[in-house]
Amino acid sequence: MNGVHDMGGMQNFGPVVREHGEPPFHADWERRAFALTLAMGGTRMWNLDQTRAARESLPPAQYLGSSYYQIWIEALAKLMLERGLVTREELADGRMRSPPVPTPGVLAAEGVAAVLAQGKSTQRPISTPARFGIGDAVRTRVINIATHTRLPRYCRGKQGTIVAVHGSHVFPDTNALGKGEQPQWLYTVRFDAVELWGPDTTAGAVHVDCWEPYLEALTRSR
Amino acid sequence: MSHDSPHEGDLHDHDQARGHDRSQGGSELSEMDARVRALESLLVEKGYVDPAALDILIETYETKVGPHNGARVVAKAWVDADFRARLLHDATEAIASLGYTGRQGEHMVALENTARVHNMVVCTLCSCYPWSVLGLPPIWYKSAPYRSRAVIDPHGVLRDFDVMLADGVELRVWDSTAEIRYLVLPMRPAGTEGWSEEELASLVTRDSMIGTGLPKSADTRHVA
Repeated sequence: MNGVHDMGGMQNFGPVVREHGEPPFHADWERRAFALTLAMGGTRMWNLDQTRAARESLPPAQYLGSSYYQIWIEALAKLMLERGLVTREELADGRMRSPPVPTPGVLAAEGVAAVLAQGKSTQRPISTPARFGIGDAVRTRVINIATHTRLPRYCRGKQGTIVAVHGSHVFPDTNALGKGEQPQWLYTVRFDAVELWGPDTTAGAVHVDCWEPYLEALTRSR
Repeated sequence: MSHDSPHEGDLHDHDQARGHDRSQGGSELSEMDARVRALESLLVEKGYVDPAALDILIETYETKVGPHNGARVVAKAWVDADFRARLLHDATEAIASLGYTGRQGEHMVALENTARVHNMVVCTLCSCYPWSVLGLPPIWYKSAPYRSRAVIDPHGVLRDFDVMLADGVELRVWDSTAEIRYLVLPMRPAGTEGWSEEELASLVTRDSMIGTGLPKSADTRHVA
C-alpha cells in the first residue's frame, strides 16, 4: 500500500531530535500498551505481517498525528475487533459483555522468558532454488498493490546488485492477507544512491532486503 | 543512565526532543491512560492475557535487554579476532554464543565500519530494530524525520547527531525491510590498546551501533 508509513525519501519532516538519557517508556500507559500488544500476539489470532498491516492502514492523518504506542493500541483494537475478540462497547469502558472467543494460545507468565528467548524465525524451507546469486544485477518490479508489501516506493523499478542471500523466508505480502506464508528467497540488494535519487542525495549506497517476487533479472540496461 | 556519550554536543530542548510522542496535551495523555487501563482489564477478564506476563514483558525490556548487550558484542569483537570473524560471517550465531537471542534478533547481520566505509541502519516502513542487542528503539529512530531522511540524506541526519565523517568515507545505508536485523560494528577508538572488554564496552554507545554515532573516545575513561 502506498501509505504514509512508507516514508523513505519524503521531505520537510524537520531535523532528527534526540532525547538525552531517553527511557524505554515515557508514560505508564506506554509500558502497558507495549506489553498488551506482545501478550496478545500470544493468542496467535494474527501474525506479525497482519500487525504491521493494521498499523500502516490507519488513516494517513491519524497515523502521522499519533505517537508510536497510540498507533500500536489503535492497531491492536482493530485486529481484535476484526476477529470478534472484543466489541466496540467493551473497548469503550473495559467491561466484558460477551463471552471470550477461544484462541489458539495465551502467553502465560511462566512461558514469557522462553518465548522471548526463542523468538520467531521467519526462515522456512523452500523447494525451488534461488533465482539470483551474489553479484547478480537485478531490477525491482514496479508494483502498486493496495495491500501490505515491504518493497518501499523509493526503490521500485530501480537497478541494483544482489549482495546477500538470506535463505527463504515468510512472504509478508501474502501472509498479511491470511493467504499463507508462501516462503520466498530473500536477498539484500545494493542500490547506488544516484539510481534511487539522482543527484539530490548524500548517500553512497542504500541496501534494501527484497523477496524474490520483488525482483526481475536485469537483461539490459535502459 | 544514558547510554550515549556526554560529548555528543548540545541536545535539543527536552520537551521538544520528546516531540512526536509527547505532542499530545495532558488531557489526551490521561485519555490514553484511561483507555489502556480499560483495555487491560477487559483482556485480563476475558482470559486473553495473563497479567503476570505483562509485568515480566515490561521488566524484560525496561531493565534486562538493552544496548549494554550490543556493547558487549562489539567489545568482544574488538579484542577477539576469531569472534570478530564469526560475527561478520554469521552474526546470529556469534551473538547467540554470548547469550543474546530471540525476539527481533532472530536473523542478525553485523556491518563493519572501516576507515573507508560507514554504515547506518534505518527502517523506513516501520520501526524494525535489533531488540536482542539494543533493546527497544528510541523515539527518534521511529520518527518521521529519521525514517524519511536516512535513505536520501544520511549526511544531513549525521549532522543532526553532530557526526562528521572524514572526506572520502562511503556512507552505506541499510533499510530493514525484512526480518534481517542489523548491528553496526563501529571502529575501535584509538588509544585503547590493552583495555579490558569491560572498559571497551563502556565506550560503545547505542547510536554507534545504529550508525548515527561514534564510540566515545579513549579519554572519556577518566572522565566517568
